[in-house]
Amino acid sequence: MTQTPAPDHLPAHAESGGLPVADIPHKLRVTDTDPKAARRAERQVATMFVLSMLFGIAFVVAYFAIDPEAVVYIPVLGEVGASNVVLGFTMGTSIFLIGAGAIQWAKKLMPDVEVVQQRHDMAAPTAETNEAAANYYRGKEESGFARYPIIRRTLIGAMALFPIPLIVMLRDLWDSPPGSPSPQEILSTTLWHDGMRIVTDGTYQPIRPEDMPVGTLVSAAPADLMEVQEAEHNLNARGKAAIILVRMEPDEIRAQQGDGWDYQGIVAYSKICTHVGCPIALYEHRTHHLLCPCHQSTFDLADAGNVVFGPAARRMPQLPIGVDEEGFLVARAGFAEPVGPSFWERNA
Amino acid sequence: MRVNFLARRRRSPLVGALLLALALIGVGAGYAVVSSAQPAVAAMGSQTQVEEGKRLYLEGCSSCHAIDGQGSQIGPTLIGVGAASVDFQVATGRMPLAAPGAQAVAKEPIYTPEETEALAAYVASLAPGPAIPTAEQLDYADADIAEGGVLFRINCAQCHQAAGQGGALTYGKYAPSLMEATPKELYEAMVTGPQSMPIFSDGTLPVEDKQAIIAYVKDLQDAPSPGGLSLGRLGPVAEGLFLWTAVFAALLGVAVWIGIKAR
Repeated sequence: MTQTPAPDHLPAHAESGGLPVADIPHKLRVTDTDPKAARRAERQVATMFVLSMLFGIAFVVAYFAIDPEAVVYIPVLGEVGASNVVLGFTMGTSIFLIGAGAIQWAKKLMPDVEVVQQRHDMAAPTAETNEAAANYYRGKEESGFARYPIIRRTLIGAMALFPIPLIVMLRDLWDSPPGSPSPQEILSTTLWHDGMRIVTDGTYQPIRPEDMPVGTLVSAAPADLMEVQEAEHNLNARGKAAIILVRMEPDEIRAQQGDGWDYQGIVAYSKICTHVGCPIALYEHRTHHLLCPCHQSTFDLADAGNVVFGPAARRMPQLPIGVDEEGFLVARAGFAEPVGPSFWERNA
Repeated sequence: MRVNFLARRRRSPLVGALLLALALIGVGAGYAVVSSAQPAVAAMGSQTQVEEGKRLYLEGCSSCHAIDGQGSQIGPTLIGVGAASVDFQVATGRMPLAAPGAQAVAKEPIYTPEETEALAAYVASLAPGPAIPTAEQLDYADADIAEGGVLFRINCAQCHQAAGQGGALTYGKYAPSLMEATPKELYEAMVTGPQSMPIFSDGTLPVEDKQAIIAYVKDLQDAPSPGGLSLGRLGPVAEGLFLWTAVFAALLGVAVWIGIKAR
């Protein structure tokens, strides 16, 4: 490896290329000086291309030969489909070797001298700049933009007001025929009201307190959820009304959001996190903590649903519950505060 | 060759420590063999089973759960937890605990099946609780897997993840993966609520619903992973992370190779 000052000792192929050679020192490669090394590089490149061909043929053979259902054990990967692994490996290797061979060819055998590429100046000539500036000032003068201030100001006013109709139309993003509730009312109310039966989510069966031993967790919904959902053709009602019921020993409840809102140790809380509205039912029955998997907000259901950890800023809303004359669990009122994440018009 | 190797190293200070460790392991293993070699009294009658269970309980459990199972500062009460709870905790090796900690970890069971049965019979005799599920209750052959999937996502997925791979809880606790769980363990866990897990009683989640959930979990367990490296079956997020770290690093390596000037 000899360092030679350019352009005295350039390789022959660089000079014959006709490109202007840069005036910086050029380092010759082994393949430029040693014909043996050049032949070795040639063999390497050809070997990669031949291997690529072989892997391509192997792919076709494997495609027909391997049973698509066959399963093999491969360390790290585990139990995998034999066909998937072999087809992926042969095709990937085949195309990788074409690229690797091409790069090896370019690096070892193609000329690598530094050359100069001629380019134009980036800046426009002074005459053109002056002409553009003159055009601008003549336009300003001839339009009278500076001379008629009332035109200028009204134009600015018109353009500033134009986006307002577009913004007003955003109001139609929620379904709001005249006389329907405002977004604030929609977000602040749920299907729960006095006497609404609590049913299991998914199977929609009414719940008896006797069926809930201490430590039980039930994901629940209002009894008329499915009717409303079918009538409205959306899941908004479900998103707001989802609750969880948990039962603890009555003396474990340290605080509630209202006096006697539990029924013999059964408490009902919204299932929707007050941070950004993830549904949560990660209830640990020994600590009475309710953990949101999205951002780790943690609520203490034995202590009025207050936040004990995480980014949530408000406690989990509680639903007052009791039993009806048939002995099934019912809500005794709607939620006293809006469920789910905070919103613009929310009071307090 | 080998003799030389040993001879040259026999005065090393490490040898003493190694011999001591071997001796301790030998004594421990010997004791374990001797103590477990005592055959459990063949428990035919329920009463003998309860008595045997009480003996085992006083020996192995009472230091935490107190003499009569009423519980203490370090172990919850066992009155009313039922045979299903004991069977789950002891047969999966979660109890007795290897060491106090956030999580009772499943490990090789310490008690034989007969001893576990005796313990379960004793704890069940303290107060009524969920019984060990019968073969009929565990028969999920006719259960609806799709229905089980819906119920699993409503009731179980929040902790055990939608594909049953498990997930984190608070303060170092976690919901374990369900990939190795048997139908009996799944059923017992639902009715008894082990550790942090709440109870899903037969009243609010009837037997048919539990069978559907078991059928769904068994289906998840048997689901093949033809591509390998399922990455917890977390889907595009985990796969994207894998691409952005492992595969991106490989691509960077290739880019560096392309850029290095040949010598």
